Amino acid sequence: MADRTLELVDSGHRACGGCGPAFAARLILKGAGERSIVCASTGCMEVFSTPYPQTAWKVPWIHSLFQNAAAVASGVEAALKRQGRDEHVLCICGDGATFDIGVLCISGAFERGHNITYICYDNEAYMNTGIQRSGATPFDASTTTSPAGKKSFGNSRPKKDMPQILAAHGAPYVATCSIAYPNDVIKKVERAVNTDGPCYIQIHTPCCTGWGFDGSKTIDIGKLAIETGLWVNYEIVNGKIEKAKKVKRKPVEEYLRVQKRFAHLFKPSVNTEEIAKIQAIADANAEKFGIDLKI
Amino acid sequence: MKAILEGSHAVAEAVRLVKPEVISAYPITPQTHIVERLAEMVADGALESEYICVDSEFSALSACLGASAAGSRVYSATSSQGLLFMAEVVFNVAGMRQPIVMSIANRAISAPLSIWNDQQDSLCLRDSGWIQLYAEDVQEAFDLHLLAYKVAEDHRILLPVFVCFDGFIISHTYEPVDIPEEKDVLAYLPPYVPFNKLDADDPLSMGMYATPEYYMEFRYEIDQAMGRALDVIKQAGKEFKEKFGRDYSELVEAYRLDDAEVAIVAMGSVCGTIKDAIDAMRAEGRKVGLLKIRVFRPFPAEDIKKALAGIKKVGVFEKNVSIGSRMKGAVGYEIKDALSDSSVQVLSYVAGLGGRDIRIEDIKKMTDAIEAGKGDCFFGLREELI
Repeated sequence: MADRTLELVDSGHRACGGCGPAFAARLILKGAGERSIVCASTGCMEVFSTPYPQTAWKVPWIHSLFQNAAAVASGVEAALKRQGRDEHVLCICGDGATFDIGVLCISGAFERGHNITYICYDNEAYMNTGIQRSGATPFDASTTTSPAGKKSFGNSRPKKDMPQILAAHGAPYVATCSIAYPNDVIKKVERAVNTDGPCYIQIHTPCCTGWGFDGSKTIDIGKLAIETGLWVNYEIVNGKIEKAKKVKRKPVEEYLRVQKRFAHLFKPSVNTEEIAKIQAIADANAEKFGIDLKI
Repeated sequence: MKAILEGSHAVAEAVRLVKPEVISAYPITPQTHIVERLAEMVADGALESEYICVDSEFSALSACLGASAAGSRVYSATSSQGLLFMAEVVFNVAGMRQPIVMSIANRAISAPLSIWNDQQDSLCLRDSGWIQLYAEDVQEAFDLHLLAYKVAEDHRILLPVFVCFDGFIISHTYEPVDIPEEKDVLAYLPPYVPFNKLDADDPLSMGMYATPEYYMEFRYEIDQAMGRALDVIKQAGKEFKEKFGRDYSELVEAYRLDDAEVAIVAMGSVCGTIKDAIDAMRAEGRKVGLLKIRVFRPFPAEDIKKALAGIKKVGVFEKNVSIGSRMKGAVGYEIKDALSDSSVQVLSYVAGLGGRDIRIEDIKKMTDAIEAGKGDCFFGLREELI
């Protein structure tokens, strides 16, 4: 049972006030515990937590490059196995590193069946480089490389389904969660690190800077994503979807309206056509995962 | 024990003897026979290593980095495109001071696609912070692997090493090889003791980023370690001679240079051909010798200066091309720099690219050109194709 008082990511790091990923890092290590080795990708979390000569990490931590954390973790795991050691091997990487540039290394590590837990903190764009679109950016979100304009409503493609891609690799345990539900994050990480084989966890980590909301609202935004059905917390155990969190759904507008990345959908007037498309994404999620509470 | 082995299999034997805990590599011609043989050894229990069949060269070296950081001795091998694909990790490994040894079966770079030999691949990573050793024959390729681990893992050095040998010419050629006893290799190269490692009992952060206040000193330290390697390689080579009889105490090797007026400088298997050409030219009364460079990084400028003292004209055999440069070859510049105190003429000859055969007659013609003072050019072009 995870020790929820354990703090293995120290305070004093350089994250923005209200940073979703910073909270995720704390929760992840509460779930994984002290006997963990973290392999990080280049990104916000790496930058805010390890400016030489300071580090926020109280567990062994390694950063090599942007796209190779899963391959580095493969090597760490192989070395531990040969040396007869027992540490959990984790990757903690952003969505750009996970959905886009690191897919080759992740796919290889999962196909080979390394005993690692790969965790993606998903803030839905390249935040470290200044809010550029990634494969995890949701439909119609305005980013610096998918800006809304006279002929654009922002990102024109839906979010890539990474959990399903990794489940298709035969991962024994795949889960999504949100920092808005901390106990759920801790429990899922704990389960993943105690499951043999490559496991994947994707954590929704609202980014106040990139999404455009006040840093005091991070948890509220995370909750709204769940409550509107635009983010679903679920588990895929041995390929089967289990335990999706049920909600009494709110209209997506409530989630969109409070973030600057979707502000263009409300100016100069409410763009009902585009919002309807986003509502359809939430409806499809609700249908697929069966999250609607029957009252 | 003497055995007649293909170059790749001899290298695999060397790797078996150094017992890496983790091997991670991706197939690419002409390196593939090494990792195939290692996979057989693991499958048969002759080698107790974790063998990771990775998805790419990029992952191969990344996995080696992870395993090395976790405290294991590791091994990889690649060639050509594979080396370029892992280039980002190549720099990273040196920066993170992981003593990884990697075989490079030297091969040309695309385009056009060529599986055949030159040394463009390893030479274009000359600034990456890896020690670069070049072997002339199968025995030397074998020996340099043992030496490479000894130097890399020395806590005064902690730098990775390329052991380079020409693709096909060495990797696929059968030659007699002296394979030392396991106990003697262990005495020469004791089990790996990491300087530090990822360990939950003693946590540390590796690969942190450095602001402008810190970055330069890290790069300086790598260069300092590279400088120290000049002596550490000599010591390791001397110890190698004491243990196994073959002398690697020098970073460069002179062949009939004593009274020579013309010297050819070269690296790798072509040195064998050049030696034969020199014997033939000596028989004709021509005063020509060879300086073989075994260690290209760190660059042994002082040793080269000493070895070439008194030489009037130097020609550098270049199995690479630095496109757009005046001399054409990358090695020539370094030789010229080493000899900058003297008035000796240094000329580069880009030859043998993409596996073009080099024969004794070619070396004689090159010597004619050196004597005539004509160089800094491609050598051996088919004029009818241009």
